[in-house]
Parts: sequence; C-alpha cells; structure tokens
Amino acid sequence: MNREKRSMLLSCLFMGLGQLYNKYFLKGIVLFIIELLYLIKIPRIIKGIWGVVTLGETTQKMNGFQIIQGDHSVFLLIEGVVTIIMLFILLGLYIWNIKDAKRIGHEMDNCKSYMSTKQYLIKVYDRSFVSIMLTPATLGVLFFILLPIMVTVLVAFTNYSAPDHIPPRNLVDWVGFKNFIDIFKLKIWSKTFIKIGSWTVIWAALSTLLNYSCGLIMALMMNRKNIKFKGFWRTIFILPYAVPAFISLLVFRLLFSGIGPINNLIVSFGFDKIPFFTDPLLAKVSLILINTWLGAPYFMVLLSGSLTNISSSIYEAAEIDGASKWVQFRKITLPLLLFQTAPVLILTFAYNFNNFGAIYLLTNGSPTNSALRYAGETDILITWIFKLTNDQSQFYMAAVISIILFIFIASFSTYQFMKSKSFTEEDMM
Amino acid sequence: MSKTKIIDKILDGLTYLGLILITLSVLLPLTWIVLSSMQVGNSLYSSTFLPKSLTLDHYKALFSKTDFPIWYMNTLKIATLNMILGVIITTLTAYTFSRYKFRGRKQAMIGMLVLQMFPSFLAMTAIYILITKMGLMDTHAGLLMVYIAGQIPYNSWLVKGYFDGIPKSLDEAARVDGAGHLTIFIKIIMPITKPIVVFVALTNFIGPWFDFIFPKLLLRSAEKKTLAVGIFEWISSRANDNFTQFAAASILIAVPIAVLFMYLQKHIVAGLSAGATKG
Repeated sequence: MNREKRSMLLSCLFMGLGQLYNKYFLKGIVLFIIELLYLIKIPRIIKGIWGVVTLGETTQKMNGFQIIQGDHSVFLLIEGVVTIIMLFILLGLYIWNIKDAKRIGHEMDNCKSYMSTKQYLIKVYDRSFVSIMLTPATLGVLFFILLPIMVTVLVAFTNYSAPDHIPPRNLVDWVGFKNFIDIFKLKIWSKTFIKIGSWTVIWAALSTLLNYSCGLIMALMMNRKNIKFKGFWRTIFILPYAVPAFISLLVFRLLFSGIGPINNLIVSFGFDKIPFFTDPLLAKVSLILINTWLGAPYFMVLLSGSLTNISSSIYEAAEIDGASKWVQFRKITLPLLLFQTAPVLILTFAYNFNNFGAIYLLTNGSPTNSALRYAGETDILITWIFKLTNDQSQFYMAAVISIILFIFIASFSTYQFMKSKSFTEEDMM
Repeated sequence: MSKTKIIDKILDGLTYLGLILITLSVLLPLTWIVLSSMQVGNSLYSSTFLPKSLTLDHYKALFSKTDFPIWYMNTLKIATLNMILGVIITTLTAYTFSRYKFRGRKQAMIGMLVLQMFPSFLAMTAIYILITKMGLMDTHAGLLMVYIAGQIPYNSWLVKGYFDGIPKSLDEAARVDGAGHLTIFIKIIMPITKPIVVFVALTNFIGPWFDFIFPKLLLRSAEKKTLAVGIFEWISSRANDNFTQFAAASILIAVPIAVLFMYLQKHIVAGLSAGATKG
C-alpha cells in the first residue's frame, strides 16, 4: 500500500490522522481537535436533531401555582437548524481533510516538492488574509441572513400561530404542505391573498409608471433651452427626495386626514369632506399620487442626466428629415431613455412592490374590510406579512407568504441580473 | 413671427406654468410643516395656513419635555456605527472577492447573490426569535447586527463591481515595492474608490433614520427607541395633541438629512445607477 492510500484511509478513520502521518503536524492537530470537539458534543447534536424532528414533546404544565417548563418548540427549531449547519460544516471539512491527505500522500509518493511546516505556515499566513477578511461577513451572513431564511422556510411547514400553538405554553407541530394548500384552498386565505396580491402588483406597476413619467416630464421641462433659473427649479424639485420619506409620509397622512387642513379648507368652502383615506378606491388613488410626489424627483435627476447624454447630432439629422418635435420625442428620446433606464425601472418596481413605509405610514392598510383576513383594503403583501407577524402572531402564514413573495422577487431579480454587465463580465457561471 | 416660433412661445409658457405648479405642490406641504412648527398652540385643528404669531416654544419643549433628544441620539449612534462598521466590512469583503482567487470564491459569490434576493425583513419572524434567543432583545447591539449583516450581500456586490474596474497592475506594482495586503487596500484602493465608499457610507447612515420595521420589532423600551418609531407613535396615538411638536421634530430631522443629501446627491445618483447596471 502506498503512502497516498494509507494517508487517505487514516484521514477517513479520524480527521487529521493522515496529515499527522505525513508530518503536517499543525494541520493534523487542528483537524484532530475539531473532530474531538464534535465527538464531545454528540449528546447536544442528538438533542438538536431530536428537537427539529419532534419540535418538543412535553407541554408546559401547572403544578398548583408552579409552572413546570415544557419544551420550547421554536427554540428547539433554531437549535436544530444550527446543529444541521454545524454538521454540514463538519461534512465539508471531512471531505476536504480526506482530499488533502490524498494530495499530500500523492506528492510524497512521487517525491515531488515536500513543503516544510515553515513553508506551509507562510502559505497559511498568506491565505489567512482572505479568511480573516471574510470572517465577519461570513458570520453575519450565516447568522442573520441564512439562518433566518432557513427558519422561515421551516416555519412555513408548521402550525406556529396564535392562539393554540404559541410556545412556551403550547407546542408547535409539523404540518407538511398543509399551509401551502390552505392558502389556495381555504376561501378566506385565498381571497385575501389574491386581493392583496393583485393590489400589490397594480400598486407597484402604477407607482413606477407614474414616478417615471412625471420625472420624465419634469426633466423635459428642465431641459428646454429657453427656460431660465434652471438651478432654482432643480433645487426645489429635488426637495421631496431629500426630506426623509417617513417625515413626508406622516405629513401627508395628517394633511389628508379626515380632520386635516385640506378637509378643513374644503369644508370652509362649503363642500363635504373628502374621505381621502377612508374610501377604498380613493385611498388607493391617494397612495399612488403621494408616492409619485416622493418618487418623481429621483427620476427627474436620473433622466436629466440621460437626456444630456443623447448627442444633439441625432436631433439635427431628424430636423433635416423634417421630423416634428413630437415625432423626435417618440422615435428618438423615449426609446433611448427606456433602453438606458430599463434596469432602474425594474429595480423601482421591485422596490415599490415591497414599499412597506408608504403603505404603513399613510394608511396602515385601512380602510378595513371584514371579508379580508387580518388585512385592510390598501395592505400590500409586505404590510400584510408584518401584520400577520407583529399583530396577529400568525407566523406560519407569514412564512408561507414570504416564500411565495421571495420566489416572485427572485425570478424578477434573476431576470434583471442576467441582463446586467457583471453577469457577462465575471464569467463565473 | 413664424408658426413654429409661436408654438415655441406657447410651449415655453406652458412649461413655466408647469414648473410653478410643481413648485407649489412641492413647497406647500413643506411650508405647512415649517409654519406649523412655529405656531402657537398645539392642535391640528387650529392650523390655519398662515399663523397669527410665531414662536419657537415647540422646539424648546421638544428638548425639555419629550423623549425626542434620546431618540435623536439613539438614531445618531446607530446610524454612525452602522455606517462605520458597514463600510469596513463591506469594502473588505468586496476587496477580497475582487482581488484574491481562493477556493470557494465563485460559490460564495453566487450564494450572496441569491441571498441578496431574499429581503432580510421577510425573515422577520426568525430574526425576532433569533435575537430573543441571543439575549439581544431591546438592545441597540441586536438591531445593529441585523442592519450590518443585512447590507452585506447587496453592497459587497456593488462595491466589488467598482473594485473590478480598477486595474490590477496598480496593486501589483505596490506589491513589488513590498506593500502588504492591508497597506495596498488602505493606501491605494480606498482613495480611488471614494465615490462608491461615500455611497455605501451614506446609505448605511441614512437607513436607520428611515427604518421602522426592525426597530419596531426589536426595540421595546421608550429610552431605546429610534426617531422613526418614536415619532410614528406620536402621530398614531395623539396626533392632535402634539401636532406642532411633531412639526418641529420633523424639521430637526429633515434639515440635516436634506442638507447631507443635497451635498452628496451626485454620489447617490452615480451609486444608484452603478448598482443598477452592475447588479
């Protein structure tokens, strides 16, 4: 048996043995200790797996006035997910350890360059720069992005919700695909989902369209040759973009509220109050218009930039051919602008799709509609998810809707990414 | 006068009309807030557009009678820390991905891209539980961790795209001269990439001023709250009682942010469009 096979077998037997056998002491000892640590933790690993499989077995009980703690299903779920992540890390390390032992053995068999510990340490130092630099990001992403996503996905397959399945008082159980079936089959859920979902799409599409076209009109106005005080107009128009959105949204909420100054004014002229935020249709219109007030300036700035980039020779040529201003706009300006700003349009659509602040601050989903489950007329999917989580503790349905929303956003972003430069330039896929 | 000239004149007139209308629609709500903040009394009812007399009492009251200064300092603290730590982690990550070829690099980049598509607030339930479990409920540290981690995927991609555009021969030359990893990063890469660094710093600074979701989810006690949450609660609970105070608070928040914004708007627009085309 040659060294390659022997070191491979040793590393299969226990992590690091192959490396030790080949006199890579540092690497060998580190790997050995890692496996040892895992072995010591075996009871916890088993408990973690048990937790994620059963989600707890004993409920909280009352013994007279004394509370006997039961299993906390959700904590068990998270511990289980952490355990699984740790096991995957071990698996990866194990495979790497065997491959590494094989490679070193192979090198030593063929008497090629043998790296001394010192040389190896220098190499490790060089490599460790990468590891050190990436450690904070890796930990952050692992614990605050990846782990929550995994838990969210798992919660969608449980019945974690008020009033009957909220730990620590009660246990949570796995229910399989039931929630996904329910959201389409149970009338109250499917009705709400379809209504909220379609309003979300309409809201995002109309907002984006209006933001863009109003921004374009403003940019075109600014771009006219004879117009004076351009700097003045520009500074004013940029103001809505510069004022923190939550301030302007709250200001509008007050301005248009039932007792607000706009209604006061209307009443003082002898008309009836206008239910800006209490009539379902009017509330939606108000929302979209106010969002335009907030969003158009951004497009004005962006499109003014693009407009000045279009070379004037194209227009001169068109002029010679006798094209009117309107034709020039339709055939030259608009297509060129759309071509340049398509990615921004897609991003804006995606942004408005999840524009939590606008809905939450202006109407908070009102007016109410008893035919909808935990949602009002103007709620969009993201504010509905927030209500389901924060106010109603319907965690499982919030998770289901999050997953559906994620699939939608992911396909959208993938499409956008495929068109972008980094996809073609990075040659990575 | 020829026909086209007349049309031109009419269009000019219409343009001015449009510009004035837009200006009014922009300035009226903002003026209303400025005037309201200096109006005597505190109710929304009495707010006729032009107040009879002006006062600065509401500004004084904000600092002496409300939690506003605490919220302001909280937000400032969170925003500054989020900016500093966010920029450090993001640029280092982006630099490593841009300049070093290491095992698992491509997989990590694709992974980040997929994660970037899952807006972190969709995992609200899980983050809530996780923060509780870590004992960081109702602490600024917990909120900061969520913010800093949440911005990594998108911003790293954005900054990496920018770093990729800087010729590698620059850092190779420095390496030949004996510069170490970090020296190259700080002395050579950072100065050239100022625009994108400013953009990331700015978005990380402004984010916490606007965000509700996470502070509302993770902060419970009054002295821990941030501005957005605190002020929203004023409005939703007793808008009519302290309306003028709300107006004064708005001015105090909006003015510094707006000035910062206008001063740096070129970076913002450039950064946004860089993000749009580079994914």
